Amino acid sequence: MPQLTDKKTKVKTEEHSSLKGTLASVFLLGFFLIFTWVGVYFLFLDRL
Amino acid sequence: MHMHKYEKIWLFFGIGSLFLFLTIVGVSAFAQGNQPPSCLTTIDPEKVDQTPPFNKPGLVKTGDNEYQLNIVASAFAYTPNQIEIPKGAKVTINVTTKDVIHGFEMVGTNVNMMVEPGYVNSFTKTFNETGEFTILCNEYCGTGHHLMTAKVKVVDKQ
Amino acid sequence: MNETMKVDRRDAKLAMAHIYVAFIALALGGLAGLLQVLVRSGKFTLPANINYYTILTTHGVLLGLVLTTFFIIGFQFAAVSRTAGTLSDKARTTGWLGFWVMTIGTALTAFYILIGEASVLYTFYAPLQAHPGFYIGLTLVVVGSWLSGFAMFAHYAKWKKANPGKTSPLLTFMSVVNMILWLVCSLGVAATVLIQLLPWSLGFVERINILVSRTLFWYFGHPLVYFWLLPAYMIWYVVIPKIIGGKIFSDSLARLSFILFLIFSIPVGFHHQLVEPGIDPAWKYLQVVLTFMVVIPSLMTAFSMFATFEMYGRSKGAAGLFGWLRKLPWGDARFFAPFVGMLFFIPAGAGGLINASHQLNQVVHNTIWVTGHFHLTLATTVVLTFFGAAYWLIPHLTGRVMTKTMNRLAIVQTVVWAVGMLFMSGSMHFAGLLGAPRRSAFSTYGNSPQALEWIPYQIAQAIGGTILFIGIILVLIIVTNLAFFAPKGETEFPVGEVAETAERTPLVFENWKLWIGITVALILIAYTIPFIDMIQNAPPGSKGYKLW
Repeated sequence: MPQLTDKKTKVKTEEHSSLKGTLASVFLLGFFLIFTWVGVYFLFLDRL
Repeated sequence: MHMHKYEKIWLFFGIGSLFLFLTIVGVSAFAQGNQPPSCLTTIDPEKVDQTPPFNKPGLVKTGDNEYQLNIVASAFAYTPNQIEIPKGAKVTINVTTKDVIHGFEMVGTNVNMMVEPGYVNSFTKTFNETGEFTILCNEYCGTGHHLMTAKVKVVDKQ
Repeated sequence: MNETMKVDRRDAKLAMAHIYVAFIALALGGLAGLLQVLVRSGKFTLPANINYYTILTTHGVLLGLVLTTFFIIGFQFAAVSRTAGTLSDKARTTGWLGFWVMTIGTALTAFYILIGEASVLYTFYAPLQAHPGFYIGLTLVVVGSWLSGFAMFAHYAKWKKANPGKTSPLLTFMSVVNMILWLVCSLGVAATVLIQLLPWSLGFVERINILVSRTLFWYFGHPLVYFWLLPAYMIWYVVIPKIIGGKIFSDSLARLSFILFLIFSIPVGFHHQLVEPGIDPAWKYLQVVLTFMVVIPSLMTAFSMFATFEMYGRSKGAAGLFGWLRKLPWGDARFFAPFVGMLFFIPAGAGGLINASHQLNQVVHNTIWVTGHFHLTLATTVVLTFFGAAYWLIPHLTGRVMTKTMNRLAIVQTVVWAVGMLFMSGSMHFAGLLGAPRRSAFSTYGNSPQALEWIPYQIAQAIGGTILFIGIILVLIIVTNLAFFAPKGETEFPVGEVAETAERTPLVFENWKLWIGITVALILIAYTIPFIDMIQNAPPGSKGYKLW
């Protein structure tokens, strides 16, 4: 097992900027989930 | 545990959305009464034909513009299978089965329930528009499963 | 650390035995699937009075139960042998015993299905009553899988003993979580089969409690899908980073998500029973809330995957918001197949949220939407990931290498699968919203105008299903090649390393008493009162019916 304990502080600042694509991707995913859910919810309301 | 700032943002948003969905369906279910069909009434599945109201299945008027539609499912038919409902009627549909598990789906509506031996299932719907609906069995019940169907006509009041 | 780079030859044989059965099941089950979509298009009928529902039962049992369980256990034996060291003779023998018990069980079950004595579908709801041999066969499959689970637990315990105070290898840890999940959930199906269905089909008891049997089935039936999914997640978390040349984003978060799966994937079975009588809607809603909790580890997984890809791409100099996408090894089937699986998990997850949303279930329950849903989750996400794993696992185990030609064919296979599924699952989703039922042969319901609207979608399903069958033939060619004909050589079993920026994994994740305790507590909270209600207010039981 490699010792990883004190390497944590190293890349704090650039780390945040370097995952912006990930943040954008998961939010796109999240909006898709909301969009489909709301779509079927309206279908349910329409059929009430 | 260390978590990346962006992951915290994402989980806050994601879990927040989950709770929003849960709140919407929860309020709709518990405050507005839109619960899924969950009737707790039991019945002896071998004595359905002798047990009211299923001894005389069909549409019964119970009040001003309020009706009960009692249907018996069995392999591979619904009794009755041709039903006329006056437009604007608020209908409580009660279904039970004499043999195996069946489904009860009124195509294009929210009427969709499991029909299980020993239980009555129930759902109330107001029919505001004229038209024709197909009822079908959507739970496998045997060789004739896909032939098990009935028809509902919503008609203008005479 | 007794990590070995290569799976021991004797362990490799055990893993391969499972994989052979899995792919034989894929061939037969796939053929059944092809027949189904053709019948359902309305353009074909089955020859020689073959019953549609016999074919449907074959398809469900072979692909849902046999392909998955065998591949998963084979993969996990290889994974624990690779990461926690060669199995002891005792563990390996137990594994072989498990394999034979499962295989005999499968053969028995398949026999009774094929002679038409068990056309009760893969869900086998009573009071439809199959031949006792069907239930005995299924029991053997489950018991065999338990034996293999015990072998893996023993292997894990041996590693812990030899490495006190150390964090176990990630793949071994994940395999253990998955087998605990499997053991706890399959107790439900074992209970309904052994206590209810088997004595009833043998004629020892006349009647059976339907709702109790269904509830026990779904106590098993939903965690079952996580038992399929978690090995795919193992490959995503641990193997994919190594294949692309990157690092595991975080060992701790991977373990956390697996523990969350263990805790939340079992007390959720009522979301399959949302529209049925005899269960109070408040209890249904409680399980709906718990079902939504099991989405959280998947949200975490999505982040970890994107982060792994982005960190790798940026380390290769990618710029811009999505520039890292271009750095990924698109020409490598070991990456490409699971990646397409991941993409399909996005609409799959969206559909899952809808299915589980309490009264929203009325829109889709038992429509072919649901079939479309699990052909995204299981038959695309999980299966493409398993295919992607087979492309390195089989040559690793058989001492061969995948040729460039086979890799190209595997890329084509993935594309074929994606296109076929887009057609088939896509049209299933739309037809389902229009009300087309699942588990049904072709029918126009007396020329109902509503049913006639579904026919174009059913034809699209048949086109998609046919394309998928071509995909099955392609993967069988690749797998046969890798197992018997590919050139001899060394293939890596890729196991990723943790990113340097990630923190050290806390040991709390291996506090099994704590996690199993929470799991059991949640199950008791979610099920005890409604279950007592079912038994106390039970209607007269049902006799058996054979309506096929």
